[in-house]
Amino acid sequence: FTGLADVSISEDIPVEGEITVPVGSHSPDEDYSTLDEPVRDTIMRDLKAVGKKFVHVLYPKKSSALLRDWDLWGPLVLCVSLALMLQGGSADSKDDGGPQFAEVFVIIWFGAVVITLNSKLLGGTISFFQSLCVLGYCVLPLTVAMLVCRLVLLAGSGTISFIIRLVVVVAMFGWSTLASTAFLADSQPPNRKALVVYPIFLFYFVISWMILTFTPQ
Amino acid sequence: IASLVMYLFSEFDDAANLLAANPDATTISIDEPVEIPKNQRSRLQEPGREEDDELLGTDDSDKTELLAGQKKSAPFWTFEYYQTFFDVDTYQVLDRIKGSVFPVPGKNFVRLYIRSNPDLYGPFWICATLVFTIAVSGNLSNFFIHLGKPTYHYVPEFRKVSIAATTIYAYAWLVPLALWGFLMWRNSKVMNIVSYSFLEIVCVYGYSLFIYIPTAILWIIPQKVVRWVLVMFSLCLSGSVLVMTFWPAVRDDNRRIALATVGTIVLLHALLSVGCLAYFFDAPELDFPAPIIPAHNGTTVITKSQ
Repeated sequence: FTGLADVSISEDIPVEGEITVPVGSHSPDEDYSTLDEPVRDTIMRDLKAVGKKFVHVLYPKKSSALLRDWDLWGPLVLCVSLALMLQGGSADSKDDGGPQFAEVFVIIWFGAVVITLNSKLLGGTISFFQSLCVLGYCVLPLTVAMLVCRLVLLAGSGTISFIIRLVVVVAMFGWSTLASTAFLADSQPPNRKALVVYPIFLFYFVISWMILTFTPQ
Repeated sequence: IASLVMYLFSEFDDAANLLAANPDATTISIDEPVEIPKNQRSRLQEPGREEDDELLGTDDSDKTELLAGQKKSAPFWTFEYYQTFFDVDTYQVLDRIKGSVFPVPGKNFVRLYIRSNPDLYGPFWICATLVFTIAVSGNLSNFFIHLGKPTYHYVPEFRKVSIAATTIYAYAWLVPLALWGFLMWRNSKVMNIVSYSFLEIVCVYGYSLFIYIPTAILWIIPQKVVRWVLVMFSLCLSGSVLVMTFWPAVRDDNRRIALATVGTIVLLHALLSVGCLAYFFDAPELDFPAPIIPAHNGTTVITKSQ
C-alpha cells in the first residue's frame, strides 16, 4: 500500500460513509433465511400485513403503517370480491343490466390510477403505489356494504329492504371517503386539498351507486 | 412606430394624464385597470396594435408571458410538463366555475379568469362529473316515471355510462380541436386581434359545461315544460360565455363567417344538451296525472292536462 501513502484528503471536505466488515458467514444466511422457513410462515406474514391494514381502514387513525408498507393484495382481493358480488344482476336485454365483471374491475383500478395521477399532478408528495394502496383498501367498507345488501336482498326486495340498503350504503360510502381522506389529505399542498378530495368522493360515489342499484334476477 | 412606443410607455405613466392628453380616449370607471386600456386600444386603433402590444408585452401580459415561458419550458416527456397544466388552487377553480355560470357582459372569460394559466383539472373533472350525473339522473328519472307500472322492472342501465362518457369527452375535446384549427386557419388569412391557444379553448369549453350538472339533476323532475325551460336557461348561460369568448376572435373576419362560426358554436352546444335530454331521460307520459272526475249532474269537469 505504499502508493496510497501519497493520497491525502483536504480537511474541509467531509467524508462520510460506513465501512462494515462482514463477520464470518452469518449475514448471508440471515438475509436469505426466509428461503428456509416453512411456507406457512411466508403466507401468514403477508396475510397478517393485509389484515393489519384492514384494521387500519376500519379504524382510520393517522398512521404511517398503511402508507409505508404498501401492498396491492388487499385491493385486489376486495376488487375481485366486489366485482363477483355485483354479478348476477337483472337484465332485460344484455345492454341494460348492471356492470359486468370487467367493467367493475376497470372502473376501480382505472379510477384509482386517475385519482392518483390527479393528486400527483396537483403537487402531492405521496408515491404512486402508496396512493393506489390506500384507495384500494378503503373500498373495504363498500365491500361490506355489498355483502349486507346481498343478504338483505335474499330476504326480500321491497321498500323496507331498499331503505335498509340505502342507509347501509350511504354510511359505508361516508366511511370510505373519510378513511381515504384521513390517509391522503396530509400529503397534499394545503390550498389544493379540496381539489384532491373531490375526485375521491366521486370515485366512491360511483361505486356506491353500483352497489345500491344492484337488483337480483 | 412612435405612437406604438408611446402607447407602450403609457402603461407606466399616469393613466389619467395620458387619457386627458389624448382627446380620443374616453374615460370610464374601471374595476381592472389592465383590461380596459387594452379594449380601448383595440377599439380606437387599427387591428394590428393589440397584437403588437401582446407580442411586445404590456404590463400584465409582460409578466405572464415571462412566467408562461418559464412555466412551460419542461420537455413534454417529463412529468413536470404536465404538472404545469394543474397549477391551480381551489379558489381559482371555484372562481372559474363561478365565471362560467354568471357571465359578466363585456368581460371575456379567458382574459378574466384564465389569464394564460389554462388548467386541465377543471375540464377533466367537470366532464367526469357530468358523465356520471347524467347517467345517474337519467336512471333515477326513468325509475320515478315508470314507478307505478306493474310490468316495470328496474334496471341500472350501466351501458349508458360509457355512451355518456364517449359523447361528453368527445364534445369537450374534439369540438375545441376543430374550433382551434378553424381559428388558426382564419388567422392565416385575416389578421385577428385575439387568438387563443388550444388549451384555453379546451378550458372554456370544459368550464362552460359546468351549468349542465345542476341542470341534469333538475331534469329528474318529470315535467316536459320544466325540462325545456332548464334547457333554454342553461343554454343561454353557457352559450353566452362561449359567444363572449369567441366573438372577439372572429369579429374582424368576414361578417358571414363570423356569424356562422358563433352560430355553429351555439348550435353544437344546444345539440349536446337536447341530445342528452332525449337519450338519457325518458319522456314523461303525462304532465299532470289527470283524474277525470265523473260528474253527477251531467256537467263534465275538465281537469288540467297537456
